[in-house]
Amino acid sequence: MSYESQTPDQTSDRRGFFAAASAIVIGGFLAIVPTAAALAVFLNPLRKRAGEAKFVRVTTLDALPTDGTPREFPVIANRVDAWNRSREPVGAVYLRLPQGADKPDCLSATCPHAGCFVAFDGPSDEFKCPCHNSAFAVDGAIIPPSPSPRPMDSLACKVEGNDVLVKFEDFYTGRSDKVVKQ
Amino acid sequence: MNALVNWLDSRTGIRSLIHEALYERIPGGSRWRYVWGSTLVFAFFTQVITGIVLWMYYSPSTQTAWESVYYIQHETAGGWLLRGVHHFMAQAMVVLLALHLMQVVIDGAYRAPREVNFWLGLILMQIVLGLSLTGYLLPWDQKGYWATRVATNLLSVVPGVGPSLQSLVVGGAEYGHHTLTRFFALHAGVLPGALIFFLVLHVALFRRHGICYRLPPKFADTSFWPDQVLKDAVACLAVLIVVLVMCLRPAEWFSSGGMPPLGPELGAELSAPADPANQYSAARPEWYFLFLFQFLKFFEGGGEYGELMGAVVVPSLVMLLLFLMPILGRWNLGHRFNIGMLMILLGGVLYLTVDAYYEDHQAAWASAEDYEEIKPLVEELGSDEEKIQAHFDGDAGKIEQYRRQREAYQRYRKSQEYLRSVEKAEQEAQRAIDLASAPAGIPTSGAITLLRNDPKTQGPKLFGTHCASCHSYEEVALDAESLPPAVEDATAPNLHGFASRAWLSGLLSEHFTGPLYFGNTAHAEGEMAGFVVDTLSEWKPADVEKVVMALSAEAQLPTQQQADADDAEQIEAGRALIANEENCAMCHKFGDAGDYNLGVAPDLTGYGSRAWLIGMISNPNHQRFYPDTNDRMPAFGERLSPHAIEMIADWLRGEWYEPSGAERADTDTFEADDEASPAEADAAEDSPAAGDADSEPADSEPADSEPADSEPADSEPTGADAEDSESEDSDASS
Ligand code: FES
Repeated sequence: MSYESQTPDQTSDRRGFFAAASAIVIGGFLAIVPTAAALAVFLNPLRKRAGEAKFVRVTTLDALPTDGTPREFPVIANRVDAWNRSREPVGAVYLRLPQGADKPDCLSATCPHAGCFVAFDGPSDEFKCPCHNSAFAVDGAIIPPSPSPRPMDSLACKVEGNDVLVKFEDFYTGRSDKVVKQ
Repeated sequence: MNALVNWLDSRTGIRSLIHEALYERIPGGSRWRYVWGSTLVFAFFTQVITGIVLWMYYSPSTQTAWESVYYIQHETAGGWLLRGVHHFMAQAMVVLLALHLMQVVIDGAYRAPREVNFWLGLILMQIVLGLSLTGYLLPWDQKGYWATRVATNLLSVVPGVGPSLQSLVVGGAEYGHHTLTRFFALHAGVLPGALIFFLVLHVALFRRHGICYRLPPKFADTSFWPDQVLKDAVACLAVLIVVLVMCLRPAEWFSSGGMPPLGPELGAELSAPADPANQYSAARPEWYFLFLFQFLKFFEGGGEYGELMGAVVVPSLVMLLLFLMPILGRWNLGHRFNIGMLMILLGGVLYLTVDAYYEDHQAAWASAEDYEEIKPLVEELGSDEEKIQAHFDGDAGKIEQYRRQREAYQRYRKSQEYLRSVEKAEQEAQRAIDLASAPAGIPTSGAITLLRNDPKTQGPKLFGTHCASCHSYEEVALDAESLPPAVEDATAPNLHGFASRAWLSGLLSEHFTGPLYFGNTAHAEGEMAGFVVDTLSEWKPADVEKVVMALSAEAQLPTQQQADADDAEQIEAGRALIANEENCAMCHKFGDAGDYNLGVAPDLTGYGSRAWLIGMISNPNHQRFYPDTNDRMPAFGERLSPHAIEMIADWLRGEWYEPSGAERADTDTFEADDEASPAEADAAEDSPAAGDADSEPADSEPADSEPADSEPADSEPTGADAEDSESEDSDASS
């Protein structure tokens, strides 16, 4: 006996529709609950916003060369990495005391092109990125032709007594405007 | 047996299944060009098997990822081979993918009815590349960390969703635990799962359509088993042999003088633990992504659109073209076009890869002499248009030539920089591994603290930033005819071998007033200079030698332990000479002798010892050192954290962990040009200093490595840094 040989009547048609609809609703529910729960947690990083960066002490004023050469310093700051809170090096900056100035300029060592660690090249007096050859002047300005879309990122910097404090922030790379990473 | 098979067959139909699998008809007979798909399946299974065991050892967090990979590589039997096979098979897979793609396109095997299967293949290719990308980060070493930073940063240029995408992949705004957990979930779960899913579909469709053969077949048909299986097996064997040979790292045999013994030196590389504050100029993606890396350089001056083009638009367009191949291939001309395009694409990839490699390595093949002529000119003129015009009198031809030469020279220098960074990275990696294998082991805070607390690693960097503007650090023989310029120009003593017998013999000689010691300081005119020149030169050389030995013994240098023990008698005699108030104790305090001299001349008690040196660096103006006669040396206790000062002192004294059997000491020379790029990582003070003498149990010490340094901690004479350590940001070293 085969199923096709039965002529479906009105009742079984309605019953069939009801069964199909219920199966779809229940099946959909079964799929949605775990997926939604998973998705909510998966998307968690989008909800978390990094708090505003604070000024941290990086060095003392008299540790900076007076001839206007930039010098690299690690930034040691409080850091929250998921379940860990620690105080550790989180990145590096270049401080430069322009001749005659009493406050240093601060540049982030992160390349605005794609995030490599920019090196300062003494002989040419330029910053050079070891990755895709972006070059910057001592004040961070782009030296064309460089693939970087913007100059090196300057960071807020202040002097308290003899201490140099820097507001260390991370910015999105690869865009011409400077937007703090969230 | 037969009964069992019959039983199983009646329930499962296994016989026909196997028959179908093995006796598939191959029109035109088995051929070598059909092997690529099978080699890929073989490679994937190798990855699954090796990957699962790696998984059993791997622990994804920033404090355990490097550490667990180190453990696999160095502490498990054959771990190096397991990692090596996984690492190199991944690379082989990418090559095989390219070959498979080529074979499919050239044979026109993407044409109807096989379009969908071609698309499935392209999806599989994306998955394999995703596996490579995610796998590269997992060891959480410098290499993987910096490469992944770039890769994930490129994600953020995708219009609109870029930043969110990046944040989802990285697991937040910063790289950390959740970057690893996410990458690991992708690498070991999502991507292999997807790969299996698409692979099943791919193989099923392949079976449905059968092999794509050439018309008309030249040879008689055969079946898959055994002819094609044999060819496939031979091809897989070849792949495996290549992978095994790669595990032995043949490229390095030339430079390292032959193959190292089978063991952790071989297999996949593991660079130093990831450190966002430590400059890593050797950052490069895995070689098969080098072409993309190189491609980005072409968008100079393109601004953000350039980057968008290079990182997103062009690669997507290329992918789209590949997806369109089956449609274009409907026409005969289209098929030719596809082949041509693929060849151009692969040629381009090859060109960019070679170009990237050449750009980085050209200095290894060029000689510095080639650039000797242009170097001073470039240094003088640089890219200053005015100067260039003036120099060449506006001669356009010469200017053009200069520009070309300048560019060539700059490329050469860049490559030189790169090679130097690679070497530095290798040294750091080796050091991290040495420290991790030390008896003290890896602290729970992770291997990164080993390096941050290692004088051998941190000393040169800190010295470069803070000391090298005045002091030199060069190994110089006292009877050398000429001094290196770094020593000549230094305005303070050369500190290489500080407080050692050799160093003190030089100090107490006519060199006192030379640039090696105090020649370029105010002390050249001081009383001590007069004493050395007038009085000491009259002494019997044997007596001077005794004083040198005795004074040097005060330092308790780890490098001189044996000599100090052997010469106990002479040292005793030397001590007596020093303590004699007609000699040194006339001006210096030494133990109980010359007490009243404190503040007149430096205290010789414990001269050059760890505590003495830390005190001197922290505050040279202290009573114990030069309260009135200090010549320009800053009190570093106000600038540096106590930890940083300890690192410098320990490094100057050669006080660091060295694996037993390794040659100790002065190999680590400070390079003056490091000054331009000092990376100074200063650790949080409470982290255990595993490589540090003080924190290691004395009995676990290899005999030749460390002295049991028993300097009382409170003998430190300055108060400045103790105070400093209370203040909020004290460990932000300067
Ligand atoms: S990351 Fe600096 S040039 Fe690309």
